[in-house]
Amino acid sequence: MEKEILISLRGVSKAFDGETILDNISLDIHDKEFVTLLGPSGCGKTTTLRIIGGFETADSGEVFFDGKEISHVPPYRRLVNTVFQKYALFPHLNVYENVAFGLRLKKTPEEEIRVKVQEMLTMVNLKGFERRRVTTLSGGQQQRVAIARALVNHPRVLLLDEPLGALDLKLRKDMQSELKKIQRATGITFIYVTHDQEEALSMSDVVVVMSGGHIQQIGSPVDIYNEPINAFVADFIGESNIVDGFMPADKKVRFSGHTFECMDGGFEKNEPVDVVIRPEDVDVVPADKGMLTGVVSSVTFKGDYYEIIVDVDGFKWMLETSDYAAPDTTIGLYIEPEAIHVMKKSEFSGQFGDYSSFSDELEHLSDLEEEEEE
Amino acid sequence: MKKHSLRKTDPPPASRSAQRNIFQQLAAVPHAFWTVLFIAAPMLFVLYFAFTDGNGNFSFSNITDLGQYTNVFILSIAFALIATAICLIIGYPLAYFMSRQSQRAQKILMVLIMLPMWCNLLIRTYALMALLDNGGLLNSLLKNLGLEPLPIVGSYFGVILGMVYDFLPYMVLPIFTAMTKLDYRYIEASHDLGCNGLQTMTRVVMPLTLSGVVSGVTMVFVPSISTFYISQKLGAGKIDLVGDTIERLFQNVSTYNVGAAMSLVMMILILISLTIMNKFSDEEGGMVP
Repeated sequence: MEKEILISLRGVSKAFDGETILDNISLDIHDKEFVTLLGPSGCGKTTTLRIIGGFETADSGEVFFDGKEISHVPPYRRLVNTVFQKYALFPHLNVYENVAFGLRLKKTPEEEIRVKVQEMLTMVNLKGFERRRVTTLSGGQQQRVAIARALVNHPRVLLLDEPLGALDLKLRKDMQSELKKIQRATGITFIYVTHDQEEALSMSDVVVVMSGGHIQQIGSPVDIYNEPINAFVADFIGESNIVDGFMPADKKVRFSGHTFECMDGGFEKNEPVDVVIRPEDVDVVPADKGMLTGVVSSVTFKGDYYEIIVDVDGFKWMLETSDYAAPDTTIGLYIEPEAIHVMKKSEFSGQFGDYSSFSDELEHLSDLEEEEEE
Repeated sequence: MKKHSLRKTDPPPASRSAQRNIFQQLAAVPHAFWTVLFIAAPMLFVLYFAFTDGNGNFSFSNITDLGQYTNVFILSIAFALIATAICLIIGYPLAYFMSRQSQRAQKILMVLIMLPMWCNLLIRTYALMALLDNGGLLNSLLKNLGLEPLPIVGSYFGVILGMVYDFLPYMVLPIFTAMTKLDYRYIEASHDLGCNGLQTMTRVVMPLTLSGVVSGVTMVFVPSISTFYISQKLGAGKIDLVGDTIERLFQNVSTYNVGAAMSLVMMILILISLTIMNKFSDEEGGMVP
């Protein structure tokens, strides 16, 4: 189903104080889609959103909306509304007046405002909160008001800037499915910014992975997960073992001292490549039956699976399996051809995908740091 | 066992908070002493003199005598209102302009606004007089250019100019503070929802900086309505405001009691205007969170 292009960025660049934030970005966003801009902090995703919203002007390049150039149209003339990070609800107005704000500016009749505001508050489950001061609401409730305040104006596009960042995990999950439901029901194009890859994969029709002011990959969540284009994407989306290898022939890849059958081809003979194998795609077998063998260095029980770090000739792999293997035992690794994904070498090669220094604690800490920076 | 030992070593919460209370109360003693000696006691004196005649007998005559000063009251209130309004009209856009500058520029502008406040009010008023007087800088210049001198000193305009000149910083600073506390996201949100620049100003910036306006208005209105020095100097003694009248009445023992009554009425007037101002800011809910 081919949808029409609603927003189009052409060669957009932006620098702050001489530091390049966006470097020649081109991106098409189709009508009625849920598009997520995903990347670590400082990758340029929020700047991209702000350029679409009109809060920043690109240093070079053009922004098209419905075929028209809008680079210099101020935000209040764009058919776009925003749900801001930390909501930015007006503290001097109550819930009703916050939601009615945009309609009042359009001189909508009072009766129509009443009907529309009620409709919106019902949709976000905030009926009966009309007279409450926004400062007395919880984070989740403020979030809903912010969504209602934006959607009541029937924008063509809703921009959401890490809208769930301040909520706790349980609430975040609930709001994710709620947002997806609202997007389907209203048919409004959502452009969603997050650094949470799980959020991106579970909500989006299209994921745009960004890093260092560049778009790394655009695709459906399944494509992005199964066919990452380079080591950065493979590592950022889920866990990945990324191993150096080369292609002796089409559908053959050699790494870790073994030649594997695979599904990829089209490389030059003996071209060096990055090989991605997802932790859940490796089968644990007895040592003599394995294509590779390694020594288990740690096992962590994760509830529905074991996370095993295994040392294969000095390179540490992460496996996710339901089979327990005791530390310091030797196990075999079996990999199906479908589980092997071969990527061209990129600037990110060698930076990711080795679990030598991996620990859950560190992973958690770096997540926290990221959230603080945002 | 553990609980028991805890109870032994730690004082129970009640006595700890009692100790803290005693400490807090002790900390307030110097201020309480000051308040009683220099604020409460003089107020009581004012009350006493206002309701007694020259022989110390209870009397309402001082209050009823104030009827003859009705015009002075009206003039004072009018002057204070006009000066406050002008300060607001100049000060609000200035504060907005300042808050939109870079951090560095903000600091420089702040110093420029504060600079006159480092100089004594009386000296500043004198300086203004020296500029505007008949033989002053402005009029000498006009005369040299062959123009008529402007009789600013001694006119209503001169007095109001003096008030605005002296009290403008007190309007700008609280509004500027409220402006800098205003989160820029609110302004972006208003643009996002369809406000142009002017609508953002009236619908978001003004309501959210109302607390600064209320402080500014209070801080200009109160000294304006009670000033006597500005009207004496820039009014060239021809313009009598409440402050001047009170000063004159207190200089003569025989009119001490009327002076006290007038002070009392003015305090009540100021109190009423403060109450109205506070009410206003509460209703609009303009308090910055």
